[in-house]
Amino acid sequence: MNFPILSAVTFLPLVGSLFILLIKDSSDKAIDNTKYVAIFTSFANFFLAIFLWFSFDTSTADFQFIENKQWVSGYFNFRLGIDGISILFILLTAFITPICVLSVINSVKVRIKEFFIAILVMETLMIGVFCSLDLVVFYLFFEGGLIPMFLIIGIWGGPRRVYSAFKFFLFTLLGSVLLLIAVISIYWITGTTDMTQLLEIKIPKEYQYLLWLAFFSSFAVKLPMWPVHTWLPDAHVEAPTAGSVILAAILLKMAGYGFIRFSIGLFPVASDFFTPLIFLLSIIAIVYTSLVALMQEDMKKLIAYSSVAHMGFVTVGIFTFTKQGLEGSIIQMISHGLISAALFLCVGVVYDRVHSRMISSYGGLVHIIPKYAVIFMIFTLAALGLPGTSGFVGEILILMGAFQKNILVAVLASLGVIFSAAYMLWLYKRVVFGKINNSELKKIYDLNKTEIFILSSLAFLILFFGFYPDPLFRTIDISVSELIKNYEINLTFYLTEAAK
Amino acid sequence: MEQLNLIIPELFFTTSIMILLMIGVFYKNSFNLIFKLSTIILLATFILLFNHSVDTSAKLFNNSYTIDYLSLFMKALTLAACIFVMLSSFDYIKLNGINKIEYPILILSATLGMMIMISSYDLIVFYMGLELQSLSLYVLASFNRDNLRSSEAGLKYFVLSALSSGLLLYGCSLIYGFSGSTNFDLIAQNINKLNTGSIFGIVFILVGLAFKVSAVPFHMWAPDVYEGSPTSVTAFFAIVPKVAALTVFIRFLYVPFINVVDQWQMIIIFISLASMILGAVAAIGQTNIKRLMAYSSIGHMGYALAGLATGSNEGIQSTVIYLSIYLLMNLGVFSCIFMMKRNDIFYEDIQDLSGLSKNHPIISICLLLLLFSLAGIPPLAGFFAKFYIFMAVIKVKMYTIAIIGLITTVISAFYYLRIIKTIYFDAPEEIFESNQNLGLKISLFLSTIIVLVYFIYPSLLIDMVSNINLI
Repeated sequence: MNFPILSAVTFLPLVGSLFILLIKDSSDKAIDNTKYVAIFTSFANFFLAIFLWFSFDTSTADFQFIENKQWVSGYFNFRLGIDGISILFILLTAFITPICVLSVINSVKVRIKEFFIAILVMETLMIGVFCSLDLVVFYLFFEGGLIPMFLIIGIWGGPRRVYSAFKFFLFTLLGSVLLLIAVISIYWITGTTDMTQLLEIKIPKEYQYLLWLAFFSSFAVKLPMWPVHTWLPDAHVEAPTAGSVILAAILLKMAGYGFIRFSIGLFPVASDFFTPLIFLLSIIAIVYTSLVALMQEDMKKLIAYSSVAHMGFVTVGIFTFTKQGLEGSIIQMISHGLISAALFLCVGVVYDRVHSRMISSYGGLVHIIPKYAVIFMIFTLAALGLPGTSGFVGEILILMGAFQKNILVAVLASLGVIFSAAYMLWLYKRVVFGKINNSELKKIYDLNKTEIFILSSLAFLILFFGFYPDPLFRTIDISVSELIKNYEINLTFYLTEAAK
Repeated sequence: MEQLNLIIPELFFTTSIMILLMIGVFYKNSFNLIFKLSTIILLATFILLFNHSVDTSAKLFNNSYTIDYLSLFMKALTLAACIFVMLSSFDYIKLNGINKIEYPILILSATLGMMIMISSYDLIVFYMGLELQSLSLYVLASFNRDNLRSSEAGLKYFVLSALSSGLLLYGCSLIYGFSGSTNFDLIAQNINKLNTGSIFGIVFILVGLAFKVSAVPFHMWAPDVYEGSPTSVTAFFAIVPKVAALTVFIRFLYVPFINVVDQWQMIIIFISLASMILGAVAAIGQTNIKRLMAYSSIGHMGYALAGLATGSNEGIQSTVIYLSIYLLMNLGVFSCIFMMKRNDIFYEDIQDLSGLSKNHPIISICLLLLLFSLAGIPPLAGFFAKFYIFMAVIKVKMYTIAIIGLITTVISAFYYLRIIKTIYFDAPEEIFESNQNLGLKISLFLSTIIVLVYFIYPSLLIDMVSNINLI
């Protein structure tokens, strides 16, 4: 294929944001135009991504749609390409962005033009992360996302937005500092940062441990893993709804994607060696943050902590190195992307009306806004992994993988399933059932058309993939098998080399 | 005569300065004329630089003056930076009553001194250039002589700089005494590790040079001078002399002292690390944006020196790239500082930028990009600058510098973010004047756009500096 479709998917939102930037007028009509441009761009990109999915060949594990441009002469090329794993994340990003754009129209009142620019730039950077086939290009997109996200939290956020924005920015930047050193070191060790070549070249064993730790430091902060997760609740709570959605649905997945693509792919020996560390941190994340989530009085904070716990599942799944575990992790990431986005949107809906995120200021919503109660219930049940929702598919596969690898880890991780039922159902009970205590709630009104559209499309996907996850599996199947095969070949190669 | 051909730019520049002086003496109130003429002269000299092919490599006047790719590149950089600083500071000079004819002439003579420094290949020629530059700068720092801070800045700069020049001269004489020559090539031949006297000389010379680039621990003058001098002079200080000083740094380390790399490497590493750390930490508490830029420039010089510490061609090239991008970003930031004007009064506190994004969205977004770029966040140009430095540093396995350098990047990101926070998250202040002059706008937008789109074609600068091979 000659048409550079990956570049198109990546940079189309950027073009859209340039258009919005050029709209100088600030009259109502101009604001409407910015809305149309943003909606149009994000939906166009979504359809482009769907088209990409249809033209994607699921029968091969090779990278497809490869684009290669000379970039930093003599050093790196600008390389893009995707396999079965990345395309799902691209789809997720392209699906979540229009939803954010639509939700922004409802909830953001000030500087809406700048908000659209930030979201669209963010989309470019996020899709770029999943497309890049060169470590430097990956780093560029990975870090570039800090700028729009910092602004989204800082400009449109809640009362403690400055603190949260700084914390988010500095935590993530500090985490990725070592990643940059590792990328440069890889260049000088192997002479390339091109992923396809790096998968062939075997990085010497003695370097792997340090390089793995450097990558880990960046991904652990971004994922986030315990104990460096503390930026996440702050950032989630203070960010505007659309910001929380992007953060939870996609930004966290970049790190999971990084683990699968880079940590396992490039450093098999070190990945094997550090598996106990990952398991330990993940189990702590699952058990501890679930318990913390139980105690939260702020809805957004509760969901933020539940995200940390769910991402703990993802890391357990990835580092089982079994087909079930890895596929489960990927499905779990996609489904968590949908579910957490939906939950944050649900909180956003009532927040826009009542301007409170405290659980205690709600109660009895089912009597006033029944539609909301129904749709919120679907997402609650999906978040606790009820069979028939996509949350279930991921979790059960991860646990199946974990049981093969380490029974203790699997048992402890299963606790997380119980905890998540506890905090999610309790949240639902306190918000939706009971008596109406708060007089402010009297004037609350039910979902409007846009909100119904947004939330029901999310609910549809969650239920669809819960009953029929086959399209997802078909897309990732060969890539994951290839990944595990490579991993095992490399591991035995290094081990036999050590034996010699 | 053929040799004179190669120094036509310098000859033209010198004659023009004298002619300008004459014009200034015989015509009353001719500031505007002289200012415009000097901008034109700078531009003409810039063009004259290319009267010989870029590959020329020649040594003139008994090998005491060199014309090579490095000198050409650095002279072009100096002149271009000088032109833009002149263009952007015109309003400031007029409104602050420092529009005396001496101002542009002093700037030109400082620039002439820098050009001589850049091309010098002999201790004596180098020292002459340095003194011509320094003497002009002393006067410029205290140019607003009715202002207490400006006089203080000038005096402080004079005393400390004179001391450092003295140390430098002492170092030169030691080198001359122990190697028997003032010529760089001959020094290189005669210097070795066992020659303790000349090692002493090297230390003194490095101290003097570190002072000129305001590297820690010889940075004390920078914050006060930056803050006290008129902003137009601060912009000049922050941007233009760094080029010449770093070129001389490169030249000294990699021509006469190349055989004793292991002797000076430790010193440069220390200076570089100390500058990075101090630049990052000390800037956090600043409220005056000029003072903050002083600390920021100390930090940036630390990164630039890290490239030199590697002792490799990649190191030199990365330093030159770093310097070019640094100039660009600083030009943009100082253009923004020149725009902080209300009723003909210039403001320079960070707090005055509060809520700038409401009233001046375009300036704000420029400043936002420039500050993120200074902080080294991809995909802006500042990231690439740091990236090349760390490429060179990690290639020679200096992981300590790389790790400390990147951690200080994070610390320094904090104070850049603080400015961004003031601009974007805080409540708006009174509106600034928006009728800025064209030169100022050009400097701001040009630098911002280059910073923003640099990532599309980063090879350009790399290809340009890849001809700089001193080893």
